[in-house]
Amino acid sequence: MSETHTLSVLVEDKPGVLARVSGLFSRRGFNIISLAVGQTEAPGISRMTIVVSVEDFPLEQVTKQLNKLINVIKIVELETTASVQRELMLVKVRADATVRSQVLETVQLFRAKVVDVAPEALTIEATGTMDKLNALLRMLEPYGVRELVQSGMVAVGRGPRSITATSAR
Amino acid sequence: MTTATPRPGTPGPKPAPPPGRTGVPAGRPTGAPGQRAEQHRADSSAHHERTDANPTVVPGPRSGPEHVTGAQSLVRSLECIGCDTVFGIPGGAILPAYDPLLDSPSVRHILVRHEQGAGHAATGYAQATGRVGVCMATSGPGATNLITPLADAHMDSVPVVAITGQVAKPLIGTDAFQEADITGITMPVTKHNMLVTDAAEIPRAIAEAFHLASTGRPGPVLVDISKDALQAQTTFSWPPELKLPGYRPTTRPHGKQIREAARLIAAARKPVLYVGGGVIKAEAHAELRELAELTNIPVVTTLMARGAFPDSHPQHLGMPGMHGTVSAVGAMQKSDLLVALGARFDDRVTGQLSSFAPDAKIVHADIDPAEISKNRRADVPIVGDAREILVELIEAVRGEQLADLTTWWAQLDAWRTTFPLGYDWPDDGSLSPQYVIERIGAIAGPEALYTAGVGQHQMWAAQFVKYENPRTWLNSGGLGTMGYAVPAAMGAKAGAPDKVVWAIDGDGCFQMTNQELATCAIEGIPIKVAIINNGNLGMVRQWQTLFYGQRYSNTDLGTHKHRIPDFTLLAEAMGCVGLRAESREDVDRVIRQAMEVNDQPVVIDFTVGADAQVWPMVAAGTGNDEIMAARTIRPLFEGDEITAGVEEIDAVTERAMESHGE
Repeated sequence: MSETHTLSVLVEDKPGVLARVSGLFSRRGFNIISLAVGQTEAPGISRMTIVVSVEDFPLEQVTKQLNKLINVIKIVELETTASVQRELMLVKVRADATVRSQVLETVQLFRAKVVDVAPEALTIEATGTMDKLNALLRMLEPYGVRELVQSGMVAVGRGPRSITATSAR
Repeated sequence: MTTATPRPGTPGPKPAPPPGRTGVPAGRPTGAPGQRAEQHRADSSAHHERTDANPTVVPGPRSGPEHVTGAQSLVRSLECIGCDTVFGIPGGAILPAYDPLLDSPSVRHILVRHEQGAGHAATGYAQATGRVGVCMATSGPGATNLITPLADAHMDSVPVVAITGQVAKPLIGTDAFQEADITGITMPVTKHNMLVTDAAEIPRAIAEAFHLASTGRPGPVLVDISKDALQAQTTFSWPPELKLPGYRPTTRPHGKQIREAARLIAAARKPVLYVGGGVIKAEAHAELRELAELTNIPVVTTLMARGAFPDSHPQHLGMPGMHGTVSAVGAMQKSDLLVALGARFDDRVTGQLSSFAPDAKIVHADIDPAEISKNRRADVPIVGDAREILVELIEAVRGEQLADLTTWWAQLDAWRTTFPLGYDWPDDGSLSPQYVIERIGAIAGPEALYTAGVGQHQMWAAQFVKYENPRTWLNSGGLGTMGYAVPAAMGAKAGAPDKVVWAIDGDGCFQMTNQELATCAIEGIPIKVAIINNGNLGMVRQWQTLFYGQRYSNTDLGTHKHRIPDFTLLAEAMGCVGLRAESREDVDRVIRQAMEVNDQPVVIDFTVGADAQVWPMVAAGTGNDEIMAARTIRPLFEGDEITAGVEEIDAVTERAMESHGE
């Protein structure tokens, strides 16, 4: 797997900002692995968590080009060791009576949750790092994954400091 | 044959707007008193206040609140920010804005014939004056016609504000008549753009657009305003407050980097000042000269920087790059230190990047941090305004013991003497295009402004006109937009009416945008257009000659063979004087004749040979070491000796052919 970096990007909450960011990535040939956007505690400011692959371009170019976007307020790289990184996954697994208990055991092991039950299938909600979710998925695959949906990664730095505090102005 | 037509019926030139009417010139936000930049340079004129971008300072007189329509608010905003000229065409969605424009005492609207003309005119205006150029168009096709000039201004970092009408807010997204998502479309080719659907937001949008366009790395900004916002009632007051929390361009260089750069400069044995367009935009030519003379370092000026350093200066080696001088290209290749100032290591300058200036350390100074180390890794990066950087570099270098450059200059002088810029007269007795351009430069002189289209004539105009002053050479460097010359000349002349403005154009380029000559004739903008008419898309034909076995696919325009169009008749039809020169004897006389005409545009059809080529040339896909001074002359830089060998020339041509150019 290529080298990836997690960027937290504070942006003005304005129409078209997502298009500006994603357009920049595609036209510069940068590689997005995951992108998640949402509001923050500061009014008018949204936060994007972008996981980028830096195989072909140095991270420096990516952040510099992002910084040139007028609506981008701040970019912080979150190191895996100094941040909490989570992704949400909803997965619908074939699980009739014969295998249901085995599936439930797997769910328990990964501290995931069953959020919907049908005679034929279970819907499982799991959060965690990409690695954990991939591991869970590998365990569930033998039973038959009928549907899979994943959010982008969100991340926050460890410790008391906030990246929004100084930039909200 | 030469024809001149007196035009008794031509409307006299509309008087240019009186200077210095409303407010402060756009694009130069006045710094608050006591700001660091002002302390730093107490003698700075209004010219030099392009300093620490303070997002709260908007130029213009205090005004309002006034009860107005959105359209009036737009025009009042333009007046307050100091905009004196708008190039545009009205249409449905922008129509409300044109009504108050009719009454504006200080904003002159120039009605162009095509929105592309408006966009390039705004660029020409901005390049000639240093102020923000403004163009206006309606929604849909009006707006999409601005895309090429916006992309052009984006590539060349020109401060331009484009104002477009948009369909009314309830219609947006419904595929309404003349609807186009112009903010979506222009996102990649503008510095920023915005859609305004609330009349109350108009003054701020205009102020932000001018601020963004003219500060930091300049660029085009598009403001799209919905028709209902233009029609709505609102209140106007000035100045508005800017809300740009994510925009803080760095203009002050870092002291440590400056000291590090000064140390490298002092120690270098083979340094070169690699000067780009940023030096002109930062009004840093005087400081550049001071640094150059202080250090005795040779200077090369890129296509965007011609005029930033006088061509007559003994330290000037000329233009680097694909069609640069052998001495400029050689100096960079053999350099041990490149000091890049407002330049971006474009592929047309570096050639094959892997073999570009292999032994050089790089000091890279630019206002845009993203340019630094984008193409070539910088040893000393300096982010800041070129003028401020130069001022501090001069100070820092003064404290250093400078290395002796005698050996370096001996080398450079040898290249200069052996491979000066030159050209041969065509064997077939036809007129030499280089001669024509050289004579225009000599007769019109260094105080005149020159614009060019794109292609052979552009390169010859960069090579054979001698530039002594900044903002006298306007061309489409980055995007390479054919058709730039005529509308850019129109904009330049509108912005600098006292200057003589020559558009040096090709017969291909001219046929893309010549409709603006009608605008020039009617609006009283007497530009001079020299069509270097070789009957062909000359640069493409040159490549076909060199790399495609002389198979001339679709490059003959018929302007020789059929004389369609007849440029002199076309000129006359559009209210211009049409002249023609076909022989060496005609050239000076016709140029002087054109110089005499000051109340009408002049178009000269210089019928020149089709086979003239642009030399020197670094073939695309090859390295700068493989520069060919002429088709059969290849200077070899290896071992610091100048030789030429037939085998090497063949080898280079072969490699270039393999790469098929691009």
